[in-house]
Amino acid sequence: MKYWRKPLDAERKRAPHGNVHVIFERCKGCGFCIAYCPRQVLEVSDEFNRKGYHPPVVAHPEQCVNCRLCEALCPEFAIWNTLDEQEVEATK
Amino acid sequence: MSKPKRGPVLTGAHYLDGDHACAEGAIAAGCRFIAGYPITPSTEVAERLAERFPKIGGTFIQMEDELASIAAVLGAAWGGARAMTVTSGPGFSLMMENIGLGVMTETPCVVVNVQRGGPSTGLPTLTGQQDMMQARWGSHGDYEIIALSPSSPQECFDLTVTCFNLSEKYRVPVMFMMDECVGHMTEKVVIPEADTIDVWPRRWYRGPKDKYQPYLPDKDGVPPMVRAGDDHRFHITGLTHDERGYPIITAECQHLCVSRLVDKIRNNADDLMIVKEEQVKGADVVVVAYGISARVATKAITDARKQGIKVGFLRLITVWPFPEKRIRELAGDVKCLVMPELNMGQMYREMERAAGGKCKTLLVPHCGGWVHDPNDILKAILEGAK
Amino acid sequence: MQEFELRASDFGLVLMNPNQLIVGRGTAEHHPMEDFLRMDRMPHIWCSTCGLGTCLTAFIAAVEESTIPREDIVVVSGIGCTGRAAGYLKFDSFHTTHGRAIPYATGLKVANPRLKVCLISGDGDLVSIGGNHLIHAARRNMDMTVICVNNFNYAMTGGQAAPSTPQGAFATTTPYGAFERPFNIPFLVDSCGATYVARWTALHVRQLTISIKEAMLHRGFSFIEVISPCPTVYARRNRLGSGLDLMKFYHDHSITKNFASTRECDIKFQQDIIVGKFVQKDEPTYLDAMDAQMKKTLGAKFVPYVGPMDPGADSGRTKSDART
Repeated sequence: MKYWRKPLDAERKRAPHGNVHVIFERCKGCGFCIAYCPRQVLEVSDEFNRKGYHPPVVAHPEQCVNCRLCEALCPEFAIWNTLDEQEVEATK
Repeated sequence: MSKPKRGPVLTGAHYLDGDHACAEGAIAAGCRFIAGYPITPSTEVAERLAERFPKIGGTFIQMEDELASIAAVLGAAWGGARAMTVTSGPGFSLMMENIGLGVMTETPCVVVNVQRGGPSTGLPTLTGQQDMMQARWGSHGDYEIIALSPSSPQECFDLTVTCFNLSEKYRVPVMFMMDECVGHMTEKVVIPEADTIDVWPRRWYRGPKDKYQPYLPDKDGVPPMVRAGDDHRFHITGLTHDERGYPIITAECQHLCVSRLVDKIRNNADDLMIVKEEQVKGADVVVVAYGISARVATKAITDARKQGIKVGFLRLITVWPFPEKRIRELAGDVKCLVMPELNMGQMYREMERAAGGKCKTLLVPHCGGWVHDPNDILKAILEGAK
Repeated sequence: MQEFELRASDFGLVLMNPNQLIVGRGTAEHHPMEDFLRMDRMPHIWCSTCGLGTCLTAFIAAVEESTIPREDIVVVSGIGCTGRAAGYLKFDSFHTTHGRAIPYATGLKVANPRLKVCLISGDGDLVSIGGNHLIHAARRNMDMTVICVNNFNYAMTGGQAAPSTPQGAFATTTPYGAFERPFNIPFLVDSCGATYVARWTALHVRQLTISIKEAMLHRGFSFIEVISPCPTVYARRNRLGSGLDLMKFYHDHSITKNFASTRECDIKFQQDIIVGKFVQKDEPTYLDAMDAQMKKTLGAKFVPYVGPMDPGADSGRTKSDART
């Protein structure tokens, strides 16, 4: 969170938690998701995919707040978020 | 009791010029969308429709140029309208690229070319038949096209309907090759009762929406069509495509795609061939002509017959595809085929090719600007009869 | 990365309600945008770090958020890298000829006014070869949404100069630097009468989504310019790094000025880019103006356009069946 201003109601609100899904072979390794994830959830994989790119890996899944920015920025439709199941349960 | 409301079709006898008759033909054919750009000598078609359409539920849009006009027509056709554009030589040249798109995407529409003398700006107000090869080959790439040519205002009406019918049946842009003389000639035009006018429907696809493939053809090689906005989620492209409409940039797909575009016309050529024959049987010389030249030729033919020469007359209404089968048959039976046309030899070359050396062929050329002197045609007939 | 800290809020990255963001939820197995894409055509042809895919995600999200019935939406493209967009989007979609997407779309809209016509095409296609159509569609206030993806050059053909190429930038046809003055595209369409004009970069996904949604719901000619990175030709030839580097440049150098005068929105080579929603006004569309004028002149004689032929109904105009 080092680059972000702290919301005034941060103490009262609980950030949602999301799961990040990556389609490894679909990625073209642009790095948009890694660079712009506000919670540094993603890191560059050491592995190559079949196209020869390094897709992102979910290095810090616990950090994801399901903002879906990676999903919006990804030009390859290779990454997306879902709200964590337990979160869904908790909000019912 | 009020009079019954008059329908869009102006049934009855009228005194109309060819351009206006063409406009009425479009209305009778169910055309309710025109995009055009002013150009002499075709503007009267657009002007009449601009005046008529708001009273009968049609829509006319004057586009910014001919490139836009033909593009709008193609878009309108996929939007579900029966669509037409009207132009003359220079505008016809500008339309060529998108006529190719119309061929590639198999879009039914009618392009009217009221021909004038060229090249370039040429003779804006005077006649010519110099765009005949352009109608056939004007757009780049390999394809087949349908083109019709009228010789009278009455035919301008009748054949405009035929143009729409053929474009719907074969899903191809149909060129209506008028000329300035026919366009500006005023004669009696009889418009029949609306319900007696033969108008063919679009080949609508009626299967399940998610199964629609834009280029999966019926038995005659022509695929059925849908209308944009009806949830088929189809894609069409000017690129070489497969039956799904998806671009496939390979020689194999190119072969399948282009050969079907060509074959759907070539294999059905007999069906769409319209020619008018007169005293062809036993003739020594047959005059082959189209458009205004066909009318001028009748004078020469009458004169030749007075001199005892057996002259037949074959008038081309379908000019593309060229009626080569009929010409080939005739070439075996006659001494000579004579073609007058207002150019330096365009359809003549097709005739010569189809005749295959089996008989003499003579061209009566004319650069345009005026019609032939019938005596020039007569001289050719006499020459051919020798 | 200091600027990133200062300007992060510009991008609406925080404080977003995930339930309103982008398309409906995916599942662990299913990317939510796949329903809007022709997945049998993936992967798309666009290069790694090209911004065009991101423009598509914004478009899809805008479609979803607009709640316009999906079957009403048609997508028209011209030629070029961006021209391929229509082929990837699972709508009724048209890949037309170079420059003619706007008149093609005009035909679709006028012939079938129910359609929501959206164009996605490039700067070369819309502003150069199609420039005449662009200004006339804006003049007519033709009801359509034009998304002009500007990557400052002709990318598909290998990076030639476009009328959007900034002075001083290198392209294959300007090997010694471009010296022609480029178009200020928002100013061009604004001056021609466009009633909705916005500009964003491919990084401003959220703002772009909102703008596309607003544009689609807007009656009249709506135009959105999207500055998008072209890593393979424009960035490489100008030594600007990858598309990600350009995204970072947009991040650091875009200045949001909503309702700024479009006259001031020139783009100079690697200088600040003014983004925002510049114009939004209500004026009669082409079809509105036509109907009003016809009613005024013809009165009861005016018969409004009957609409396209209905495949479901026998039109009554037909006598014979074509399928013989």
